Amino acid sequence: MLFDLFILFFFVGIVSFGGGFTMIPLIQEEVLIRNHWMTAEQLADIIAVAGMAPGPFATNVAVAVGYNQAGLIGAVVALTASVLPSFFVILILGKLFLRFRDHQLLKSSFYGLRPALTGMIAFAAFVLAQNTGMFTNLGWMFWSQLILFAASLYALAVLRKHPLYVIIISGLIGIAIYS
Amino acid sequence: MQAKLLSSLFLTFLKMGPLTFGGGYALLPVIEREIVDKKGWLRSNEVADIVAVAGSAPGAVAVNSAAFIGYRIAGAKGAVAALLGILLPTFFIIIVLSQAYMLLKDDPKVEAALKAIRATVVALIVYAAYKIGKSAIFDMSTGAIAAASIALLAFGGGHIHPAWIIAFGAAGGIAVVTIRSMFGKKTKLDDDEPVYDYMI
Repeated sequence: MLFDLFILFFFVGIVSFGGGFTMIPLIQEEVLIRNHWMTAEQLADIIAVAGMAPGPFATNVAVAVGYNQAGLIGAVVALTASVLPSFFVILILGKLFLRFRDHQLLKSSFYGLRPALTGMIAFAAFVLAQNTGMFTNLGWMFWSQLILFAASLYALAVLRKHPLYVIIISGLIGIAIYS
Repeated sequence: MQAKLLSSLFLTFLKMGPLTFGGGYALLPVIEREIVDKKGWLRSNEVADIVAVAGSAPGAVAVNSAAFIGYRIAGAKGAVAALLGILLPTFFIIIVLSQAYMLLKDDPKVEAALKAIRATVVALIVYAAYKIGKSAIFDMSTGAIAAASIALLAFGGGHIHPAWIIAFGAAGGIAVVTIRSMFGKKTKLDDDEPVYDYMI
């Protein structure tokens, strides 16, 4: 398990360009779909915890998943693994990296990589919604979830509220309507 | 003495840890204040380098900044000291939150709250995609790559691993740019502003 954690988060650490959320599709694939380490609900909850705490989202997820799977040691292993690629790149390349960065080939790959990541993340949202059973039957659950989703999106995108705030309000609403 | 420098580095970044709440780039004014002004470890113009590296290397901005600054000031050990400093507070906060979650999640009120929060999490992810998409998709080719990625994932029967999509995106990007240049068409490759946001 510790080894699996290490490999997963090392790989995630390598490809996490453009923000911590790019790791979600990968984590979902490995943790949920391939290995069934946890349920979709648990993954969603971990994402919420990771989003609520200060610090980089990516490392927060690593710590949370690691802790969930293997306690304190798991958290340390996962965190270390996710940080190592950055560590290597910066130590070994340092300022040299800045010159690489401007290389045509690298820039071209980013040109394609970023839209691909966009698609991946969007699709991951859909998969998570499906797996947590958000949109199964067309009853009260469906509509309340849809409204919560839309309201949260509005709060995040239009009102520009911090996720912590939206999560807390959402939780309070949940207590009110789902108890 | 090395030890004094290292512990000073560690403590400086420890102080900065909780401040990463605004996202990695929110650290920059703090870095200016602590590292440049107060401690004089770096000069102001070096901070620009830090921003550049931190934003383009893989991983979180906060992590990269800490590693880079630590390395500059005290080599590899400095990088480790800085990283430990900036990650320790958030490490413990997550552990505490996770533990609280494990203990409380079966409480009916907590369950009810979590049900609603899951819908919010999906919104969070959609919003993240939107933010990246805003700067990632700006012409036909990028739009096509994004659409193709979704199509591949949706219809790629029996799960295509997202890692393949990453490879597809990178290869596709190179292919598109190369083909376009063969026809004498330039492609906009430079980032405008990095995405200044929390969660990075």
